[in-house]
Amino acid sequence: MQTNFSPEQLADPHVAESETILRKCVHCGFCTATCPTYVVLGDELDSPRGRIYLIKDMLENGRAADTETVTHIDRCLSCLSCMTTCPSGVDYMHLVDHARVHIEKTYKRPFKDRLARSVIAATLPYPSRFRLALGAAGLARPLAGLLKRVPFLRTFGIMLDLAPAALPVSRAARPAVYAAKGTPRARVALLTGCAQPVLRPEINDATIRLLTGQGVEVVVSAGEGCCGALVHHMGREEQALQAARHNVDVWLKVAEEDGLDAIIVTASGCGTTIKDYGHMLRLDPTYAEKAARVSALAKDVTEYLATLDLPEREPRGLTVAYHSACSMQHGQRIAAAPKQLLKRAGFSVREPAEGHLCCGSAGTYNILQPEISAKLKARKVRNIEATRADVIATGNIGCITQIASGTEIPILHTVELLDWAYGGSKPVGL
Amino acid sequence: MPETIGFLKPRQAVLDRRREIVADLGDLLPEGCLISDERGLKPFETDAFIAYRRMPLAVVLPETTEQVATVLKYCSRYGIPIVPRGAGTSLSGGAIPQEDAIVVGLSKMARILDIDLFNRTATVQAGVTNLNISDAVSADGFFYAPDPSSQLACTIGGNIGMNSGGAHCLKYGVTTNNLLGVKMVLFDGTVIELGGKALDASGYDLLGLICGSEGQLGIVTEATVRLIAKAEGARPVLFGFATSESAGSCVADIIGSGIIPVAIEFMDKPAIEICEAFAHAGYPLDVEALLIVEVEGSEAEMDSMLAGIIGIARRHGVMTIKESQSALEAALIWKGRKSAFGATGRIADYICMDGTVPLSQLSHVLRRTGEIVAGYGLRVANVFHAGDGNMHPLILYNINDPDEAARAEEAGNDILKLCVEAGGCLTGEHGVGIEKRDLMLFQYSKADLDQQMGARAAFDPQWLLNPSKVFPLEGRPAA
Repeated sequence: MQTNFSPEQLADPHVAESETILRKCVHCGFCTATCPTYVVLGDELDSPRGRIYLIKDMLENGRAADTETVTHIDRCLSCLSCMTTCPSGVDYMHLVDHARVHIEKTYKRPFKDRLARSVIAATLPYPSRFRLALGAAGLARPLAGLLKRVPFLRTFGIMLDLAPAALPVSRAARPAVYAAKGTPRARVALLTGCAQPVLRPEINDATIRLLTGQGVEVVVSAGEGCCGALVHHMGREEQALQAARHNVDVWLKVAEEDGLDAIIVTASGCGTTIKDYGHMLRLDPTYAEKAARVSALAKDVTEYLATLDLPEREPRGLTVAYHSACSMQHGQRIAAAPKQLLKRAGFSVREPAEGHLCCGSAGTYNILQPEISAKLKARKVRNIEATRADVIATGNIGCITQIASGTEIPILHTVELLDWAYGGSKPVGL
Repeated sequence: MPETIGFLKPRQAVLDRRREIVADLGDLLPEGCLISDERGLKPFETDAFIAYRRMPLAVVLPETTEQVATVLKYCSRYGIPIVPRGAGTSLSGGAIPQEDAIVVGLSKMARILDIDLFNRTATVQAGVTNLNISDAVSADGFFYAPDPSSQLACTIGGNIGMNSGGAHCLKYGVTTNNLLGVKMVLFDGTVIELGGKALDASGYDLLGLICGSEGQLGIVTEATVRLIAKAEGARPVLFGFATSESAGSCVADIIGSGIIPVAIEFMDKPAIEICEAFAHAGYPLDVEALLIVEVEGSEAEMDSMLAGIIGIARRHGVMTIKESQSALEAALIWKGRKSAFGATGRIADYICMDGTVPLSQLSHVLRRTGEIVAGYGLRVANVFHAGDGNMHPLILYNINDPDEAARAEEAGNDILKLCVEAGGCLTGEHGVGIEKRDLMLFQYSKADLDQQMGARAAFDPQWLLNPSKVFPLEGRPAA
């Protein structure tokens, strides 16, 4: 696509990168067809091609973000379905990242939106605060309906709705070195995450049990923090980069102590971001190289398990609908591995129709864009239920909470089913 | 880029009433169906023919046929031009607006209304994508045959407007051969229905006139199309050649021998490399030209047809023959081919030509195309529907370099003239749009064009519908 930037504008490395991305787009329109918001809303401004054009116009003119542009960029789920579809290889992810930072810097949101976003950014990435907030939410739940009727407090009402009725008794994996059973074959670090251990501590337990059982030593490092994805997608660049630098330090320390073969991530949303640390910190001379090392080490748990050649198990007579999280299939391009692992472990796997479409969870999207999110959830649940599966498996905590709120079919992390097949106990809720 | 193709001069009276028109449209349509903000209009200024751009006056996204009718009635009353838009994937600029026009986008009308497997028809709203129709009936063993490479995104309404083709049209025909009926809105808001579920309707075959009329005779809001039962099996086979000429003459001989495979697609070396990098389909990289020939039917039928084709290919010195071994491999072969234009974006900007030539001229036109483009100091990639002689040279250039852009456009014009001189025509399936409009006189006599414009005037006497397209601006009747 033709671009129009001055040499002065291109001196800014962020603008220069966006210009390179825009030049690859040939405006063919393929991306519109697989974009969840275009499919639901039918407006090109809510499609990747429309957003790319809005971003191009904003950046070329060096203009502060305006309400129209912000509305349509905010509606982007960052599911990256468009990147799987795009034949020209347009790096939409980094273009929209840049646009979000530009919006955060140049656009003043209404006070209620700023408040909601600040609360999210100060809570969700911190497990202790998040647990506290969910506890309080349990008490405040009766107020949800009331809050939602007050425009100013609507987002908080929605958050109350989304909070689970009861929290699991906290038994999140503690920082420690979990020894491999038998002869150690590898040593990995496990990102325990921020929201996940609060909502579903079983996932990390299952991961540790499964990996150690296969001869892999698992290190849960003291001091690791949120991967930064939540704030990154809100355009809070500095906060995201701080999170990234912090984790880079933590993991490289582990690596220096006793070597590290991989950093295992059990939430694909986090995995996508950690794999991008190298890019996020490319302009930071102290961290660029270190971050690239961490990104190269990061592996989704199923991606890593696929390299271990797990033994084949007898069929269990249980059908699993596999829901591929967007961050898994589009963000990390991991499509076949989780299904193959499940099949090998004795499960019969079914794939719901429209598997490329997002379930509407998308980080904080279900809080900030509840209407579109609800439409996508209903569509996703309809497609999953049509498979008549016994259980749903997926690899991302966001999808788990989103889909669980719309169906009676139990939903588990893929690794919980695998752990069960390879000697662990039957997953809770099955 | 210096523009060589002009648009109609905007009607000042319309521009002057902009504010009022926007307010009226807002009253006529539900919330969320009108875009009038300058920022929001910008992304609608072009389609997939990105060399040309014009901002529209407003964009409307109606949700029903009645709303389309309301808008058209309003526009005809005030003499406001209309530009229909499906998914905006036109390669000839068919959906590029103009400053005084209302874009009527059908993207919110994307519901499948009826699937009648007994009668093998599907009735859909115009904004349904081409592929969605096939997806909806695939589990039952059916498909909708015309398959433009943009079938993932392009809409059936746009397909009707351009009488779109595709790789598999060699056997099954193009849109007009698969369209059974339409509901359409005329320029003054009148809603008419043409055809139906039967193969032929009584009276004039107006459906044939509507198909390929580039949005100038009305706006189609619903279509009934023919569904076809899938063959028992299908197998794409790759044939690699040392020269484009030998591949080209092989195609002519296959068709000349009376064999009609489902598809014969051609790719030259640059196109093979581009598509392989995107799709990893296993295309041979050591050949100068590649044919993808797909046969279908029972195993025995496929084997017998393939044996004939292989015999002909050997006579033309085929270097490699590779049959797809699995459904996955077959899907990748087609994914690479169908993504060819977009994937070209990885290496350069491009203009895509659409001339069609008699098969006996294929080798000659391929060679001359290479010479013409080289003469302008540019590169070309060829990827096209060889079986029906529908060529798509992609002229590669840098759109940020005005001089290259001008040369690319000139090279394109020379190639299209070459196609006409070789006994072919300007457009096989992408439509005339804005791109080939001024070359129409090279193909048609004034009397030919006058007759076409007469038909047009019968539907749209005020020339309000997509008025800058198809017919050269000079020589039109006074509106």
